[in-house]
Amino acid sequence: MARVELQAVRKSFGTVDVIHGIDLDLASGEFVVFVGPSGCGKSTLLRMIAGLEDISGGELRIGGEKMNDVLPAKRGCAMVFQSYALYPHMTVRENMAFGLEQARLSKREIEERVTQSARMLQIDHLMDRKPKALSGGQRQRVAIGRAISRQPRVFLFDEPLSNLDAALRVDTRIEIAALHHRLHDTTMIYVTHDQVEAMTLADRIVVLNAGKVEQVGTPMDLYERPASRFVASFIGSPRMNLIEGATAEAMGAACVGIRPEHLHVAQDGPWAGKVVMAEALGSDTFLHVETAEAGRVVVRIPPGETPTPGTALHLAPDAARLHRFGADGAPLA
Amino acid sequence: MARLKTYGFYLLVAVIVLQAVFPFYYAILTSLETGQAIFDINYLPAALDWSNYRSMLSSGVFGRQFLNSAVTASAVVVLSLVLATTAAYALARIRFRGRGLLLLTILSVSMFPQIAVLAGLFELIRAFGLFNSLWALVFSYMIFTLPFTVWVLTTFMRKLPVEIEEAAIMDGASALTIIWRVFLPLMWPAMVTTGLLAFIHAWNEFLFALTFLSTDTQRTVPVAIAMISGRSEFEIPWGNIMAASVVVTLPLVVLVLIFQRKIVSGLTAGAVKG
Repeated sequence: MARVELQAVRKSFGTVDVIHGIDLDLASGEFVVFVGPSGCGKSTLLRMIAGLEDISGGELRIGGEKMNDVLPAKRGCAMVFQSYALYPHMTVRENMAFGLEQARLSKREIEERVTQSARMLQIDHLMDRKPKALSGGQRQRVAIGRAISRQPRVFLFDEPLSNLDAALRVDTRIEIAALHHRLHDTTMIYVTHDQVEAMTLADRIVVLNAGKVEQVGTPMDLYERPASRFVASFIGSPRMNLIEGATAEAMGAACVGIRPEHLHVAQDGPWAGKVVMAEALGSDTFLHVETAEAGRVVVRIPPGETPTPGTALHLAPDAARLHRFGADGAPLA
Repeated sequence: MARLKTYGFYLLVAVIVLQAVFPFYYAILTSLETGQAIFDINYLPAALDWSNYRSMLSSGVFGRQFLNSAVTASAVVVLSLVLATTAAYALARIRFRGRGLLLLTILSVSMFPQIAVLAGLFELIRAFGLFNSLWALVFSYMIFTLPFTVWVLTTFMRKLPVEIEEAAIMDGASALTIIWRVFLPLMWPAMVTTGLLAFIHAWNEFLFALTFLSTDTQRTVPVAIAMISGRSEFEIPWGNIMAASVVVTLPLVVLVLIFQRKIVSGLTAGAVKG
């Protein structure tokens, strides 16, 4: 039930600017993912919304109220940390109740809320354990449960899945998606460097680079219409092939991008090359091909017979799916 | 060869234990002997005579002096820990100008030999009207216990994960609540260790106690023992001195035995990733 607005928000540490004036308008109940490479300022931005970092300039509004100088606990945000940050000397129940005690809720209400959120996350059988007796996944659930029980208007996640192993990460990701569905009026802001998490969870993605917003849009928007060369190479796995030099200039651009699935092996293709490496993943096969015209590119082909390294072949790009970028990295129409 | 190594190792252990324990053992032996028996050299208990203890404890002031020591040392420990934890929180977690310099200054305070500050401290204590009061000792002992406790607790607090504190901030806890409800329970091992060392320091201190207190009933035990005198100036009552020494050592031994179980590391296990 809270819209989050950022207007020209800036952050500097001494003379170093890390966030250069960010404008964002996040709708109430929206799931927004901040994504970007390490050091792009995404975590700092999240911590500024939470109140753990001061805002050097600009304005932050949550639910229409200016929050720049409001104490973290009074902003109506709850945060889930990458390292869980549970209180190690308290049981799961005490961990979840701590924030509510600080808010001076009645014993009954605390009990009610804790039980409710524990049930929601299926941790009600762990209530009397200490964090050290829990597995990584359980700890993360407790951390989420602690955040839920505060019934925040805005839910902040700071790379919550980075410390989990691969299988658990997928499960927890799905649970977070389900959680958002259930708490549909709670605005959620999620920071990650993992673009799969961003693509699967987000209503909208905010791509950050070097303290600036590169693009804001739905996952498919970013994938299909990247607003810059940076976004084009950052979103999508494997990365979009970026081709520079004579081939790009022939198409009237400084750089041309084509995704691996939009390149095809074809007898009459314009780009001739040799397979350097083939990665068969089962559902897909990725060929790394060294070409004279386009340099080294990755091609996605359907599973089946895998060409051995050294095989000569021709590639044809899907002309409608080419992305052309100017020298400044901006897309050309 | 390997066997030789093992023997060598245990021999070394034996020497160290002997060196550490024998003086105390001999004190116990002596305390149980009276009269001429004290001057006979024996390494096993020859007699079991409690009369030294009886005369010590019935002398009237010794109990009072024991209490003085206990009160002083406890007050030093409590005050040091309260001041040190709050100071450590500031020094470890709040960024301010001159923090490094302040930490170094605190540490350098403990460099001055006691005797060097004695005269100045004496003036200070007179000016405060604390002469011959136990508060004089509490005050002066903290000059030596605080740098140490602050330094150790600061180092320890720095190692606690910042996220725990941030989680508490998000939960709406004030700085004092964070210290009291979140940090203190995690800092028990460090608090017990530093508290114990501060207690031992205060319990054993001699020079200040000798200088700042003038009457028998105010004295602490180390000074009191040094001042035990015999019937004539040619007689040193070894039996009584040893009995008193054994009695004042016992509380320390008991304290260490109680708390050694609490001095466990790894209390933060489970807080973060781990």
